Amino acid sequence: MERVPILKLGDILIVSIQIDLDDQSVLALQEDLADMVVSSGARGVIIDITAVEIVDSFIGRMFSTIAAMTRMLDAETVVVGMRPAVAITLVELGLSLGGVRTALNLEKGVAMLEHVRGAAG
Amino acid sequence: MSAPRELPIATNGDVVVVRQQVRSLAAEIGLSLVDQTKIVTAASELARNALVHAGGGRVLIEVLEGGRRPGLRLVFSDDGPGIPDVDQALTEGWSTAGGLGLGLSGSRRLVDEFDLVSAPGEGTRVTVTKWAR
Repeated sequence: MERVPILKLGDILIVSIQIDLDDQSVLALQEDLADMVVSSGARGVIIDITAVEIVDSFIGRMFSTIAAMTRMLDAETVVVGMRPAVAITLVELGLSLGGVRTALNLEKGVAMLEHVRGAAG
Repeated sequence: MSAPRELPIATNGDVVVVRQQVRSLAAEIGLSLVDQTKIVTAASELARNALVHAGGGRVLIEVLEGGRRPGLRLVFSDDGPGIPDVDQALTEGWSTAGGLGLGLSGSRRLVDEFDLVSAPGEGTRVTVTKWAR
């Protein structure tokens, strides 16, 4: 099983998925992220899926799980870089990723997190 | 003309290999990027189904040539417990494994042809086909 590295930049954690995710790697990433949000005190998480060629129901559910989980740990998650073909396929598959914030790219994801925190005071 | 190839589905890693093989053949026969993504996503769902519900299985991957347009056919089969009520299993949101219940119903929407044969004690066979446009 390959592990996805988690990078820390200020109070944001950045996860850039560069591997073909198997289900074990997906579960490991969820746990690693929960641990790291708490240990680092991060307020935001960005998951970059620019390199991800497919998102099936298992991977899609991971995004929702991570978003809900980090929210409970006082951090917001943004998924960035979804390919158009992936978005089309997800909608037809029946996954709308409710509750998951998305942004077109890393830069917009960071701006979104800053905005969310600004609004929260 | 490539010969049909059979791949085992026994581990999470095998599911990834199935995705990669389907992707490479789908590109080879000229499926559009969106159609490649759809058939690979369906393959991922169906391979996981075989693993989770039947403890494993296999997939036969076949390039269909000679017709007006090329196509890619995937036959997933397992020797698991089978599906007692196929209509129910194809209902969106129906899940016996704690998932989202999108595997079968969602896969059907992602392909051009979908066929499911199953009976209790006799395993399950799902055949999906995607044609180049």
